[in-house]
Amino acid sequence: MTKRLLILEDGTTFVGEGFGGELNTTGEVVFTTSMTGYQETITDQSFNGQIIMFTYPMVGNYGINRDDYESISPTCKGVIVKEHARLASNWRANMTLDEFLKRKGIPGISGIDTRKLTRKLREVGTMKGSIIDVISELDHAFDQLKATVMPRDQVKQVSTTKPYPSPGIGRNIVVIDYGLKHSILRELSRRECNLTVLPYNTDAQTILDLHPDGVMLTNGPGDPKDVPESIATIREIQGKVPIFGICLGHQLFALANDADTFKLKYGHRGLNHPVREIATGKIDFTSQNHGYAVDMQSIDPEKLMVTHVEVNDGTIEGIRHRNYPAFSVQFHPDAAPGPHDAIHLFDEFMELIDAWKENN
Amino acid sequence: MPKRTDIKRIMVIGSGPIIIGQAAEFDYAGTQACLALKEEGYEVILVNSNPATIMTDKEIADRVYIEPITLEFVSRILRKERPDALLPTLGGQTGLNMAMELSGSGILEELNIELLGTKLKAIDQAEDRDLFKKLMEELEQPIPESEIVHTVAEALNFVEKIGYPIIVRPAFTLGGTGGGMCDNEEELREIAANGLKLSPVGQCLIEKSIAGFKEIEYEVMRDSADNAIVVCNMENFDPVGIHTGDSIVFAPSQTLSDYEYQMLRDASLKIIRALKIEGGCNVQLALDPLSFDYYVIEVNPRVSRSSALASKATGYPIAKLAAKIAVGLTLDEMKNPVTGTTYAEFEPALDYVVAKIPRWPFDKFEKGDRRLGTQMKATGEVMAIGRNIEESLLKAVRSLEIGAHHAELKSLSEVTDEELTEKMVKAQDDRLFYLTEALRRGYTIFELAELTKIDLFFLDKLVHIIELETELAAANLDLDILKKAKQNGFSDRKIAELWQTTEDKIAEKRREHGIVPVYKMVDTCAAEFASQTPYFYSTYEEENESLVSDKPSVLVLGSGPIRIGQGVEFDYATVHSVKAIQAAGYEAIIMNSNPETVSTDFSISDKLYFEPLTLEDVLNVVNLEKPVGVIVQFGGQTAINLAEPLTNNGVSIIGTSIEDLDRAENRDLFEQALQRLEIPQPLGETAVSTEEAVVIAKKIGYPVLVRPSYVLGGRAMEIVDNKSDLESYMREAVKASPEHPVLIDRYLTGKECEVDAISDGKDVLIPGIMEHIERAGVHSGDSMAVYPPQTLSKEIQQTIAAYTKKLALGLNCKGIMNIQFVIHEEKVYVIEVNPRASRTVPFLSKITGIPMAQVATQIILGKTLQELGYQDGLYPESSLVHVKAPVFSFSKLQRVDTYLGPEMKSTGEVLGSDVSLNKALYKVFEASGLHLPDYGAVLFTIADETKEEALELAKRFDAIGYSLVATTGTAEYLEQQGLHVRTVAKMDSDGKDNVLSVIRKGEVQAIINSMDKKRAYSPEGFAIRREAVEHGIPLFTSLDTAKAIVTVLESRSFLVESL
Repeated sequence: MTKRLLILEDGTTFVGEGFGGELNTTGEVVFTTSMTGYQETITDQSFNGQIIMFTYPMVGNYGINRDDYESISPTCKGVIVKEHARLASNWRANMTLDEFLKRKGIPGISGIDTRKLTRKLREVGTMKGSIIDVISELDHAFDQLKATVMPRDQVKQVSTTKPYPSPGIGRNIVVIDYGLKHSILRELSRRECNLTVLPYNTDAQTILDLHPDGVMLTNGPGDPKDVPESIATIREIQGKVPIFGICLGHQLFALANDADTFKLKYGHRGLNHPVREIATGKIDFTSQNHGYAVDMQSIDPEKLMVTHVEVNDGTIEGIRHRNYPAFSVQFHPDAAPGPHDAIHLFDEFMELIDAWKENN
Repeated sequence: MPKRTDIKRIMVIGSGPIIIGQAAEFDYAGTQACLALKEEGYEVILVNSNPATIMTDKEIADRVYIEPITLEFVSRILRKERPDALLPTLGGQTGLNMAMELSGSGILEELNIELLGTKLKAIDQAEDRDLFKKLMEELEQPIPESEIVHTVAEALNFVEKIGYPIIVRPAFTLGGTGGGMCDNEEELREIAANGLKLSPVGQCLIEKSIAGFKEIEYEVMRDSADNAIVVCNMENFDPVGIHTGDSIVFAPSQTLSDYEYQMLRDASLKIIRALKIEGGCNVQLALDPLSFDYYVIEVNPRVSRSSALASKATGYPIAKLAAKIAVGLTLDEMKNPVTGTTYAEFEPALDYVVAKIPRWPFDKFEKGDRRLGTQMKATGEVMAIGRNIEESLLKAVRSLEIGAHHAELKSLSEVTDEELTEKMVKAQDDRLFYLTEALRRGYTIFELAELTKIDLFFLDKLVHIIELETELAAANLDLDILKKAKQNGFSDRKIAELWQTTEDKIAEKRREHGIVPVYKMVDTCAAEFASQTPYFYSTYEEENESLVSDKPSVLVLGSGPIRIGQGVEFDYATVHSVKAIQAAGYEAIIMNSNPETVSTDFSISDKLYFEPLTLEDVLNVVNLEKPVGVIVQFGGQTAINLAEPLTNNGVSIIGTSIEDLDRAENRDLFEQALQRLEIPQPLGETAVSTEEAVVIAKKIGYPVLVRPSYVLGGRAMEIVDNKSDLESYMREAVKASPEHPVLIDRYLTGKECEVDAISDGKDVLIPGIMEHIERAGVHSGDSMAVYPPQTLSKEIQQTIAAYTKKLALGLNCKGIMNIQFVIHEEKVYVIEVNPRASRTVPFLSKITGIPMAQVATQIILGKTLQELGYQDGLYPESSLVHVKAPVFSFSKLQRVDTYLGPEMKSTGEVLGSDVSLNKALYKVFEASGLHLPDYGAVLFTIADETKEEALELAKRFDAIGYSLVATTGTAEYLEQQGLHVRTVAKMDSDGKDNVLSVIRKGEVQAIINSMDKKRAYSPEGFAIRREAVEHGIPLFTSLDTAKAIVTVLESRSFLVESL
């Protein structure tokens, strides 16, 4: 196996072994604590531009299967593991993780003390990093890494460029794709919705002209402030149609209502984040993947109401509009990967749509 | 929700004696629970019959009752204490069953005592097969096709419909006792009949077999606000078909995709919510390896062995939080004790993999049935943590102490391919080694998967281990491969073997090149949050997280897995030693490999290293921590055996020095010491060959007691009567322990007694003398022990005290030691000295009030007895009489002979205390399940040479109204002596009244079976004893025990005499 290096912008070097794609790569290094669901994670477009490090040391045990993709062409920049399985053992598996990453051209590096790296990211915060071939002159690589400017058009990179339908026989939903996970479509399809998926930059009039029963704001990568056009669109459609936002969609919805967002030190990425619904006190375990969060102090109580908080750090996990039929959550009720505890939110979206219809 | 204020006094029921299926994990759970309740301000009343537990220490609860866990005694305590509530979910099946019995008796209602944790209805729903089935149907949770049967005929009828193979599961039994898999009618008839008999409600579930499915467990918790979490899930290496307690287990699950993981998580949470459990619960599931089909196998509505494992595997203290939930606290208001910053409402994320391997007693029960099935047979388990499967598995293997330091048993290279296949298909305790042997022979993982249904993922890991062996062998002294081998858990010893050098050389080379382990923290959150847990495991990576403090430290070695001869008693002593080290101002560090125990609770010590107890692993910790010393006196033979190699490596063993340890354990040196001290011992010598043994035996005279030196629990010890028996023994014994010679002693009959003593080199404190009920010949661990002595004269007691002092000083004991004596013809002989804490330490500590392990530790750290307020000599006797009785697990172990002899067989113990010997004896008989009704029938099958003694016993049974039943020879003799006896035919006669059918039909309430001195194997005696065990009829193989019970019966009986 080829030795490869992982270098971080703070000057740290890890020596590991390459697998998957063979190119050199640079991205923001983030860690996820999920112990299952690597296929869903790697294919989640919210990881666009990022190098994903798994804290669980053995990744790839059950291989890659045809059902668990969250996007067709993943755009994460790399994968860091302690160990990847050479054998894919599961009745659904059709290739190993290594084969999959090779086909997708995503470089991986294994044999890293991932716990050391996690502790570093926890202390220092997320950093830029590169997976590169072993070279004698590292200074240059570090200079290059430091000079790399992270892209700010991530949503544009992953959103669909053309509208497409996903027909159903039920409620008519417009899905605005900021980098959607298939699981959102899956949950809506399960509820028999007739879907129209639109590019992230679709203007408000185009959306309203479709006369949808509801609009779904999906997850997506990066800083919500990088897509001001989407914020403007939300501002225009809210109050006119029921809205449900997830993850980046949630942050955009908050920004559209004058709240602010900030970057978390090392984000929430994992499947075990307890979230409390304030009204009921009920706690759900949720699937999360976000580097930014809505600032509690910035909430205008005239416009928004905080509905959910993270139990451990108290950050905002859900908001609801005071006057409009619109709500959003920071976590992924669509799970995949992760617990199904909050999946009922899709039903609540359906109920909201029906109630709105009845009253208007 | 805040904790409840309407209840103040809570009774906690412990799990009683250690038996297979219910071991030290409940001491861990119970201790945590009691402390948690006290922490919340409740008054805790504890009842447990097992003295060898931390939970029965005075400090753990406000009131501690070491009394039988029976309706009679627990009711008595309830009436006396009048608690507001009862918490039964932390005392295993014993606790739950007791709660059901109490409730049934009406006393809870009468005294207005509330049941906490899990309601009776939930217990019923989870444990009653019929109700469980109904509940699962309501929840739309699939369970295998099954039917509840009450007769064998019903069972046969049902199976006709669904076909074989099927599984029989008796209702309300421990560890699946009495159950089993059946492939045909004959097996079904036998197993179903037995299961129906063993089930307290006469009920069995006949279930379609799903053998071969993946076996997955979820440990879930729920609180009164309906918050529910998964603490951990686990995947068995062994597919469905082998009891999970007998399976190799990995945590978290390894081969489940997220979809499968979440599907089973949903099912588990749905079940705990439906049962409305407030506390912990264990859900066992079977997942089809080829589809999403799954079945719920079983639900335990209480903390269990698996929850102890899950707690140690994740760091999440389930029992502690379960107790707090029981009094109304909710998960989202309690802090996660591990991180201290996050909440208990959290699902741990692991960044390592945990392996658990059971420890079976077949090294002691060589003739026992080793085949694994639905009935658990393991006595204990080891756990190991690593960053991959190979590392955790190999660490676990070398923690087992079964002579394997790698996934390899050399002896298997000689088995035929046929046998290899057979042993893989019909799994025994050693299947892992057969699998690796098969892979070494070139079998493919696909072939093995076909044979065993073990997942390819696990088999491939075994292949990887073997590939590394080959790589190592081909690259002598290569550093890269050395490092790789270490990262995959290889021991230095195995590498040394492959490189044809010594373990020391490998260790030296490693250190020279910086290939040393780092220690990672177990923190429940995969390092996402900063944690303070002092709980570590080793691995070969870059960053070490175990920071050495400035405070001087002392390392205590634990006792590893629980096995016969080395039970929870040693964990008790280890924990006490830690307390004393902390009190003396040192940092106390523990190393141990047993997940069931209190000592591996990270809140006990200042630092816990969850590591194998081998020289290499201990040295690695020592090299990092540089403790001022290592204490080996409390970790049983496991720790003592490490003393010499550690000393050779320059480690300071504190307490009795290595030379003096050796003087007590090495036969020749010991004999010289005794001669010098003028203390008599039975004549004896050491033999290294068969020829030598014969010469020695002839010189000292038969019968002789033979055993290998350095033995544990009397392993391979026998009383031999003649030359040919001796010769055959020597061949077996030498095989049993090749590195050590064999001891041959004159076998002296007589009263046995033992003392534990603490010496500071000047004064010797003797907390007490324990007199055994059974005469010499029964292993001390299997004997009933009485304190204070009831039949020993003052002179004898003084002699014992004098010898003890001489020995302690003469052997330079510093700390604690145990001495066994035999009184033969009014003369005191020393039989054995153990220069370490013994099995009786908790018993004696509890009844004398002397915290013996703590006192000994303080002495090891430099204090004197005088400074600690103790005087030289025998400690004043207590006014009560205390009896310790052994408890056995024979019903779990088919084909094991239950006859008591010099080799230890018991798995646990109970304590009974009262004002008189008879009352104390009554209690221990009740507590150990040897309940005799006031009248009934007793069966005698007696060897010729003990007939006279048995006659007296028979007369006494007769006098209190028992009828006598005896086999032909015995009956004839008793009738000659004027007794009325019902004669039953021998086993091989086909009459209706044969001895076995009498037992089977429950026509006798007790059985007295003796053997002659030769203890020659007789198929009938064996069959009688097994029949007794399998039908739960009290069996006495020592006439001394039988005398004790008849005395108790006499004391409870009234004289009925005509004028």
